[in-house]
Amino acid sequence: MSIFNTQNDYQTPSAEGYYGEFGGAFIPEMLYENVATLQSQYLKIMQDPSFKAEVDALLKDYVGRPTPLFLAERLSKEIGATIYLKREDLCHTGAHKINNTIGQIILAQRLGKTKIIAETGAGQHGVATATVCALKGMECVVYMGEKDIERQAPNVARMKMLGAKVVPAKSGSKTLKDATNEAIRAWINEPNETHYIIGSVVGPHPYPDMVARFQSVISEEIRTQLKQITGNELPTHVVACVGGGSNAAGAFYHFLNEASVALIAVEAAGHGVNSGLSAATTQLGTHGILHGSKSIVMQTKDGQVVEPHSISAGLDYPGIGPLHAYLYESKRGTFLSATDEEALASAFHISETEGIIPALETAHAFSVLPKLNLKPTDVVVICLSGRGDKDLDTYMKYIKD
Amino acid sequence: MSRLEILFQKQSKRVLNVYCTAGYPNLNSTLPIMESLQSNGANIIELGMPYSDPLADGEVIQSSSQMALNNGMTIEVLFEQLSSMRNTIHLPVVLMGYMNPILQYGFEAFCKKAKQVGIDGLILPDLPLYEFENGYGKIISENGLDFIFLVTPETPETRLRKLDSLSTGFLYAVSSSATTGKDKDFSKVAQYLQRITSMGLKNPILVGFGIKDKESFDAVNVYTNGAIIGSAYISALSKGGDIEQCTKQFLNEVLGN
Repeated sequence: MSIFNTQNDYQTPSAEGYYGEFGGAFIPEMLYENVATLQSQYLKIMQDPSFKAEVDALLKDYVGRPTPLFLAERLSKEIGATIYLKREDLCHTGAHKINNTIGQIILAQRLGKTKIIAETGAGQHGVATATVCALKGMECVVYMGEKDIERQAPNVARMKMLGAKVVPAKSGSKTLKDATNEAIRAWINEPNETHYIIGSVVGPHPYPDMVARFQSVISEEIRTQLKQITGNELPTHVVACVGGGSNAAGAFYHFLNEASVALIAVEAAGHGVNSGLSAATTQLGTHGILHGSKSIVMQTKDGQVVEPHSISAGLDYPGIGPLHAYLYESKRGTFLSATDEEALASAFHISETEGIIPALETAHAFSVLPKLNLKPTDVVVICLSGRGDKDLDTYMKYIKD
Repeated sequence: MSRLEILFQKQSKRVLNVYCTAGYPNLNSTLPIMESLQSNGANIIELGMPYSDPLADGEVIQSSSQMALNNGMTIEVLFEQLSSMRNTIHLPVVLMGYMNPILQYGFEAFCKKAKQVGIDGLILPDLPLYEFENGYGKIISENGLDFIFLVTPETPETRLRKLDSLSTGFLYAVSSSATTGKDKDFSKVAQYLQRITSMGLKNPILVGFGIKDKESFDAVNVYTNGAIIGSAYISALSKGGDIEQCTKQFLNEVLGN
């Protein structure tokens, strides 16, 4: 079929936003104008040198890029391979999310939009959106699941302090999925002046590609930094956690077409993949449509989307971006999972061995290291997507005196 | 000729399409509600297939969908309930729903079964034009079902004409780009309806979103062939009580009987 991407180029979806059979734009007509405008404009705007200059300047002076690529010596010794940490936790606001919000907000301004809406799970994307809205003087409304508002209180406070309005999503599972529904509905209700900043590589085309491109700065820097440090710009493995998949998409992006680089995506297994309380989408999901794109979706046999579970709000999502669905199905990516318990153990372990308290989401990525059968010659880059301050409430419950 | 075509040939004004959620308020209230709508003056029945994540619907319809799902409604159960509907229902019946549950059932199997039980047409808000033209539309028409596209005040004229040319049965004019059940500033709506009804489109136009009572029904009927009522009827049903009584009272009020 013509909609299929036949170029075997993992970076570029087809004109209609398909990666293999995943992607597309399954949206109601009420969103057509907005999405069609984005589809026709996003590449043009992103390739405009003055746009690039504006984004790059903010990434450098406001976000603090490039973020370091740090050799984790004690961890390397323990695992028996060379392990580098890409320090996205050192970005302003504490996670990689701001790479995308900076890009999208400048893009929204160029489209003449005056108001920004966003959904958020852990609150990192909400904080990143609120931050850049404050910087640019834009009105900001963030939709957040009622359950997530409870478990991510510090981020809710940060968003409010930054001048954003936080609207609780009270439907369904009251988490990221429902916050996304509410944000899309809000966009339908006032499409003309509003831009919707999706925080992950999900949603209708062009969002998955646009967000992946804004996050691709992560792997662009990794290549340059590895070259400087080791003389070889290609690692053997890149490891990242995956909810919707934005930090993974960014960390994988410039290695997608490098067959020698193993791409390891780590999903949240919750209480265990088969426990009934999990968010391991590729293991539990089937082909379906969620939030405007065709992908792998956790659902009943009747096509009702099920409520996922993860201790980390940022991975608590019943879908996965279409790029990742394609990486999974084509076997270009390796999809593993880590349970709540394993992620917690990793969070404590990394804190103690490297002096870095990672976000709960990020901790999942570390959990799979012992399962990769790494050799001493392997060079592994882990995307340390966010810092763990927001998860201290959870961590404190497990601190042993 | 399809039931919808015959209807609009006989009646070009004040056509009333009423939406109800299958399996709401009770799993088995689907058919009694349809019969009640038919006997109290509705002209088309739009049956909503409940979905966990209905993006184009507002709070009222979403919560009725959630309740219907909790009641055990599925596409399979719905087709079972509808298997003998044509013994009593002579009105055109269209199914409204979202793509995901239909894909899990099997799109082609769904269309076949829908036709078999006597469904006349489909409204699938998240099946966009591009996907319709790339395969799904063919399956729908091969199975003898009408397909009704939505148009909005923001839909450009060339696109609107295209959506009209591909629609059969009627065209669903969304009164503004909004999820169902929100109040509208009517003068803007009137301007929009005037504009699209003077375009010489091939399909009759029914306007939906925000129609809730006699006043709003009368107001849009100045321009269009009729209207669709959804959230207001679901709200009426949500108050509980006898379905026949509630439907009769609701439709009498809207139609001014």
